[in-house]
Amino acid sequence: MWKTILRRVLIMIPEVIILSILVFLLAKAMPGDPFTGSINPKADPAQIHHLMKINGLYDPWYQQYWNWVVHLFHGNLGNSYQYQEPVTRLIGSRAVNTLWLALVTMILTYALALPMGVFAGRHEGKLPDTVIRVYTYVTYCIPFFVILVIGIWIFGYVLGWFPTTGSIASDTSGWLNTIGSRFYHIMLPAILGALFGTVNIVQYLRSEVIDAKRSDYVRTARAKGVPSKDIYRHHIFRNSLLPIAAFAGYSITGLLNGSIFTETVFSYPGMGLLFVNSISYRDYTVITALVLIYGILNLLGTLLSDIILSIVDPRIRIE
Amino acid sequence: MENATNFLNIKDVSTAFKINGHFYDAISHVNLQVHHDEILAIVGESGCGKSTLATTIMGLHDPAETQISGEIDFEGTDLLKLSDDQYNDYRGAKIGMIFQDPLSALNPLKRIEDQISEVMDYHSDLSKEEKHAQVLKLLDEVGIVNPQRTAHQFPHELSGGMRQRVIIAIAIACKPDLIIADEPTTALDVTIQAQILDVLRAIQKENHAGIILITHDLGVVAETADRVAVMYAGQIVEQGTAAQIFNTPEHPYTRSLLRSMPQRDNENDDLYVIQGNVPSLQKMPQTGDRFAPRIPWVPASAHEEHPTMHEVSPGHEVRCTCYQNFQFPDQVQKGSVTE
Amino acid sequence: MSLVEIKDLKVHYPIRSGFWNRVTDEVPAVDGITFNIEAGETYGLVGESGSGKSTTGKSVVGLEKVTSGSILYNGQDITKKENRRKLDYNHDVQMIFQDSLSSLNPRKRIEDIIAEPLRNFEHLSKEDEKLRVLQLLDIVGLDADALYKYPHQFSGGQRQRIGVARAVATNPKLIIADEPVSALDLSVQAQVLNFMKKIQREFGISYLFISHDLGVVRHMCNNIAIMNRGRLVEIGTRDDIYNHPLHIYTKRLLAAIPETNVNQRAAHRASRLAVEEVYREQQDKYYDSEGKAYPLVAVSPTHQVALPEAIAKQLAQQESEVQA
Repeated sequence: MWKTILRRVLIMIPEVIILSILVFLLAKAMPGDPFTGSINPKADPAQIHHLMKINGLYDPWYQQYWNWVVHLFHGNLGNSYQYQEPVTRLIGSRAVNTLWLALVTMILTYALALPMGVFAGRHEGKLPDTVIRVYTYVTYCIPFFVILVIGIWIFGYVLGWFPTTGSIASDTSGWLNTIGSRFYHIMLPAILGALFGTVNIVQYLRSEVIDAKRSDYVRTARAKGVPSKDIYRHHIFRNSLLPIAAFAGYSITGLLNGSIFTETVFSYPGMGLLFVNSISYRDYTVITALVLIYGILNLLGTLLSDIILSIVDPRIRIE
Repeated sequence: MENATNFLNIKDVSTAFKINGHFYDAISHVNLQVHHDEILAIVGESGCGKSTLATTIMGLHDPAETQISGEIDFEGTDLLKLSDDQYNDYRGAKIGMIFQDPLSALNPLKRIEDQISEVMDYHSDLSKEEKHAQVLKLLDEVGIVNPQRTAHQFPHELSGGMRQRVIIAIAIACKPDLIIADEPTTALDVTIQAQILDVLRAIQKENHAGIILITHDLGVVAETADRVAVMYAGQIVEQGTAAQIFNTPEHPYTRSLLRSMPQRDNENDDLYVIQGNVPSLQKMPQTGDRFAPRIPWVPASAHEEHPTMHEVSPGHEVRCTCYQNFQFPDQVQKGSVTE
Repeated sequence: MSLVEIKDLKVHYPIRSGFWNRVTDEVPAVDGITFNIEAGETYGLVGESGSGKSTTGKSVVGLEKVTSGSILYNGQDITKKENRRKLDYNHDVQMIFQDSLSSLNPRKRIEDIIAEPLRNFEHLSKEDEKLRVLQLLDIVGLDADALYKYPHQFSGGQRQRIGVARAVATNPKLIIADEPVSALDLSVQAQVLNFMKKIQREFGISYLFISHDLGVVRHMCNNIAIMNRGRLVEIGTRDDIYNHPLHIYTKRLLAAIPETNVNQRAAHRASRLAVEEVYREQQDKYYDSEGKAYPLVAVSPTHQVALPEAIAKQLAQQESEVQA
């Protein structure tokens, strides 16, 4: 098994290299430059030209790419043009926020989705199932950012239960208050993210449960005289949760991608918001670094899914 | 079979399925007895209701989607009057069932040992060690060479024949009086099929169980069954001992089936083809002989309006009167009466 | 010259393992088989699951990558792709599958399913194509309203006949039928078998009839090859195989066919168990030290068996004495 994991990681290396070249070229292909308008609206074109030159932005792309890679191996992703601080430090501070948001969102998603999916599947065609299905269809139909805006409006403004921007209140002191405030800020985006994230899992789990209910092995269990509730416990739930467990790897990366919307709408200072800002400011160093990180996380998520699957499903064994 | 007692008495059982809001009979007014120490084969083609009969006896139908009437008297209890919980005391304990597709009938995520001992979890007070010993004994009984190893494997690691042996081990784990085997060898190679049938026969001898063997394969029936019931379109059309059915078949359907089999003596001829198709549940005729449309050359007067079973010799019953003077078209033309 | 000559055909599947997933071993699915199919005949290829019979069938259609050996069709080796193209091989050779539901595209209507080979090879006008499809449906005994239905709306037997209609659409010379009736009820099986014989008489089609059912094979085939563990253990005419079997594996298969003669039940069972015992105890006589079947040797102009020559002659001798 370790061999296979190692092999998969080795295969990832060329994937990451190709990914990084693509990312680098795409960033370069964007119109505009990082300096116009950012220093001073009336900046002299000659001065911008000079800045471009000393930053090596006129070099051929492969040379720029090469410089970037060499720096990368020194742990140096360059300086952000916008914030004038090292990209690694910049992303590092934001990543913690995003990670917390993603973690809470994920816990909430599964805590909501698993019981809903199982319940709907078990009572297929009855009222609870219909209610849950209507919920999933409605949530599925509405674009994510609309859900976010409606959520902010209801819970943030109308009811005023949760803060609607930032990751922490500015006047917080003491570590307990800090954690409390952070958590308080995370709750609303996490809940809204979870509401959206449940849709796929609920629908998938529901149909898995329904399939399992009609499967031949459940019929065998019934013929053994196993009571209905035990059939659900020992046969149906376990077998239907299997693909969901394997899905977890992908869903982690899904959450990170989703954070781009959530953080922007909530002005939550995480990687997603940073990414959106960097694009509008043509902050190449940050963009490339972030896309690279997202890409690698995606590859890792896939690997994680395969590993989970091989652990929970005896039919899949990797040496 | 002199001392045989009929411990399963199926009286006038009909099972109807809900299709688009209406109930349609999949089996209608079935009467059957099963004795200890015998193998009763129920034979017929797909859609004739033989599997429905099996699942009706096992109580495996969803009550919301099915209507069952009649009486299934099993050792003095009417199974159809039991609640689902009460039924569970019979399923797996007194009635065991063997399914057709041995791969899908086993839970892919559970070890063989767990799947066999699950039956004992609900029907015995054995300790963990005793159950383990019993699992190994059962696997040995059904002819698995290395029980210790097989017990720890998962279904996908076994061959088709071994999986079917495991299914049989599950069915006989609590020494049931009645074993229902639904197409137990259809998915298997002929050499494996012969071995599995041997295992079934051995178990039946040892436990004095009654076996209902459901199959479409007339060869399997001829080799294994003591008595045979032939089903067509949800009804039993003929029943008798294996010798009666194969040596002196009477009902046109039984005779047509036997005639459509490739055999030694018809190597170069075309096989007999039964005209038309089995009617669907929704289009099942409610009066008259259900097989009549498939033997259109037989005049309507030869059939009964409400066909009943007629005893042609002790233990040998045939539905409808059309079996008298029945001839195949080619025999009619040649004018020969002998078949 | 035979229509198809299969010479020392081998199909080995690689087993990959180790860190770099390199090929470390091979499974010989088909391990050197040789036989000929004559024009207009039905050639039976019999074996149990895993014997390699389906792989052989797929190799003949060109669906399998052949490891070594050759398959000559009208004298040309069709294991080479350019020969298949040159000979219009995919037009001349069609396949009928066992599982008619999964081999028919569920999202296509019957009209399109049957017309597909016509569209690939014949380039008919819309009207001619429709006429041809209707004619094919008529041949297999289905109504015109079948045209606009989907595969799942038919019974197993009807679907199998649709599969046959598709296979004969291009007037092929050879049809590979892989377990064409093993999923069907008796009465439907009779229909499909009769029909296969009928189109053979009318169009002179040859069949490679792959099956595990010796009863059906006896009914359909003039010449039969018995396959076991990737090799042929016996080749002969129907009479050779069914009345004078020499290899223990053939005998074992024959003994396992259920007999419909109820009166002979006990005797039949006894003879089956006797054969099983010989099979268990005399493995080393019938298989070489690696458990493989021996090369075939001829015991008569039509009959070959996979045994060392001396034993084969001796068994043939015994057999003819018993018959006399």
